[in-house]
Amino acid sequence: MIDLTVIWAGIIAFAIAAYVVMDGFDLGIGILFPRFRVGPERDTAMNSIAPVWDGNETWLVLGGGGLLAAFPMAYAIILPALYAPLVAMLLGLVLRGVAFEFRWRDPRHQPIWDRAFFAGSLIATLAQGIALGALLQGISVNGRAYAGGWWDWLSPFSLLTGGALVAGYALLGSCWLIWKAEGPLQDRCYRLAKGLGIVLLAAIVAVSAATPFLEGQYYHRWFVWPGIILTAPVPIATALIAILFSRSLVKRQEAAPFFLALGLFALSLMGLGISIWPDVIPGRVSIWQAAAPERSQMFMLAGAGVLIPVILAYTGWAYWVFRGKTGAEGYH
Amino acid sequence: MTALVLARIQFAFTVSFHFLFPAFTIGLASFLFVLEALWLRTGKTVYADLYRYWLKVFAVVFAMGVVSGIVMSYEFGTNWSVFSDKAGPVIGPLMAYEVLTAFFLEAGFLGVMLFGMQKVGRGLHFLATGAVAVGTFISAFWILSVNSWMQTPVGYEMGANGQFLPGPSWAAIIFNPSFPYRLVHTVIAAYLTTAFAVGAVGAWHLLKDRENARARTMFSMAMWMAALVAPIQIFAGDEHGLNTLEHQPVKIMAMEGHYDSHPDGAPLILFGIPNPAEKRIDYAVEIPKASSLILKHDPDAPLKGLDTVPDADEPPVAILFWSFRIMVGLGFAMLGLGLWSLFARVRGRLYDWPWLHRAAIMMGPSGFIAVLAGWVTTEVGRHPFTVYGLLRTADSASPLDAPAVAASLLAFVIVYFTVFGAGVWYIFHLVKKPPHVGETGLDGTPVRTSGITPAPAKLEGDRP
Repeated sequence: MIDLTVIWAGIIAFAIAAYVVMDGFDLGIGILFPRFRVGPERDTAMNSIAPVWDGNETWLVLGGGGLLAAFPMAYAIILPALYAPLVAMLLGLVLRGVAFEFRWRDPRHQPIWDRAFFAGSLIATLAQGIALGALLQGISVNGRAYAGGWWDWLSPFSLLTGGALVAGYALLGSCWLIWKAEGPLQDRCYRLAKGLGIVLLAAIVAVSAATPFLEGQYYHRWFVWPGIILTAPVPIATALIAILFSRSLVKRQEAAPFFLALGLFALSLMGLGISIWPDVIPGRVSIWQAAAPERSQMFMLAGAGVLIPVILAYTGWAYWVFRGKTGAEGYH
Repeated sequence: MTALVLARIQFAFTVSFHFLFPAFTIGLASFLFVLEALWLRTGKTVYADLYRYWLKVFAVVFAMGVVSGIVMSYEFGTNWSVFSDKAGPVIGPLMAYEVLTAFFLEAGFLGVMLFGMQKVGRGLHFLATGAVAVGTFISAFWILSVNSWMQTPVGYEMGANGQFLPGPSWAAIIFNPSFPYRLVHTVIAAYLTTAFAVGAVGAWHLLKDRENARARTMFSMAMWMAALVAPIQIFAGDEHGLNTLEHQPVKIMAMEGHYDSHPDGAPLILFGIPNPAEKRIDYAVEIPKASSLILKHDPDAPLKGLDTVPDADEPPVAILFWSFRIMVGLGFAMLGLGLWSLFARVRGRLYDWPWLHRAAIMMGPSGFIAVLAGWVTTEVGRHPFTVYGLLRTADSASPLDAPAVAASLLAFVIVYFTVFGAGVWYIFHLVKKPPHVGETGLDGTPVRTSGITPAPAKLEGDRP
């Protein structure tokens, strides 16, 4: 028996993962922007993502739109609960999105839009991390609606997850530029990646240590026999990838650090999935309670099943067109 | 102010700002597609120059459309969560299809369109332009289907939990009664908006240098659009109005300013001042029986007025009355300019009639204003409901505290005016420069060598 609700939970999870994989590094480049020299370094960093940032961000729209379509009740509870961080994220995305075009329009204004690019990327990332932490720590629900206040999201834990995501996206950004850049910018990114890798690992440990004590479900899931057989490989694999990652930096490999950093993200997302499955709002609403009716699920699945592979194909092509090292002078 | 009122102001503010950009990019993408096709077919560089000239504008407008659009996709949930929960099973899949069929297509090929000319060759680049142009249309298709379903909801079943659930036919939901009319009217509006914006830029440069071949071509193309499409739009708008009369008669009563019923022929109120307190139009200038003639094609046909509608179901009459007249007035002004351009063309004076060019410059923003006025008419006319006749606006909002919405509204106002104000300024900066021979794109030198996009000064104003 195929459970459409489980399939849709998988598709939404895939959209979120795709978003983190793709938009993570371009937000990270924004976070690191002040560390790059004005001139060719910044221009190269910007050019390396200019052709793809819009497509990357579309996965966020699919995550949000997909949640509305497949789990409308969850969408209706989570978004008001995370009101302040989400509005901050949207405004951050506005600031950084327009900076891609605006910074080239008037040389006198470039410093302003470079700052907007940095601030917008930082705010958006911090807000996403805070939103994740706020969701994990629990949302108060009454019936089909959010029942808490507009500051409930703020806690030491949510600030920790916010900081962790900033470190994580910055790491992805530096590794992307190790791959796409050359010379002094690449050297700088090797150094940045080393420091950020250490910060991210510390943050992963801290979040992992704090999560099981938020709710009974998490503790049970991670530490009680026999669940531990399933969960133990996640931290072990994380440690393994961390070692490979540091070796790749020492050996000055170019593509490997980026993919190993993505591996760290994949494992963190897997850990997240283990923690909250099969809920969509941890401890409150399961995916089945929030699910749209079968007719909605079927109608969308018909399209998604065909279109998502097609989207991945032409997205891959767009990346392929702009493969190789990026220069400061644009694409030609 | 209550959280509900603040949420309504916020949605109206963000969606109005947002729609200005797609109204321009839907038309511009098709314009660019046509220019590239003409270039590939004829090999004339004037088309390549115009393509690159408008591509720079397109990039700025598109970026603003994307970022303001992401806001919309989340605002349904942050501010209208009850509506989202109840209508989600019906409208959610349509919006998901918009993301899957349109947003990814536009975004996936945009990079190649903007920066990839040297990388992929002309054929594939043309394909990318086409994909973006088609993407803008598909996007309009889905989101207008959603909007139209909210106006004329059909094909649903009511769930025990209060949700609207899809019935057996998705086609009935997608092609709901007002959708075809709204789609045609909106897409044509986007084309006209672009035509008048492009026409104004062409006219501006013709006033300075009537020999500039690129300014001539863009002005001529824009005026063909004005002359041919404005009358089609007036006809489409009339059909849309008749469709509204059938499905949302109360909206028409408010647009017409018909507070009273007219059992033997209703007058067409040309102008007047709505007086909601007394429920009448003050200082009305009206044509007897003309409204019945237009709406029912019979001067003596009875038309009901707002006196037959409970006060609680009445939309804000004054707003609709004015926004409708602004839209219609601009539509006829567009037709006027289009006819004038035909006359000028016949007399061979299209490129050297300064008053025509000045009029075209004046009409440059007309599309944007008309589009906003049209949306205000149809959206405010949907009130006091979000799903027409079924779910009230007051019962649709998120359970948020007023200070939360007030703070976000303030933030949106500040950021939007600053950011999009700057964007509009940059667009003016771009179109102030005359289109010249050897126009650069976004991908070639000297575009990004020094991080700016000045055209080489020696080519400014160069003649063919």
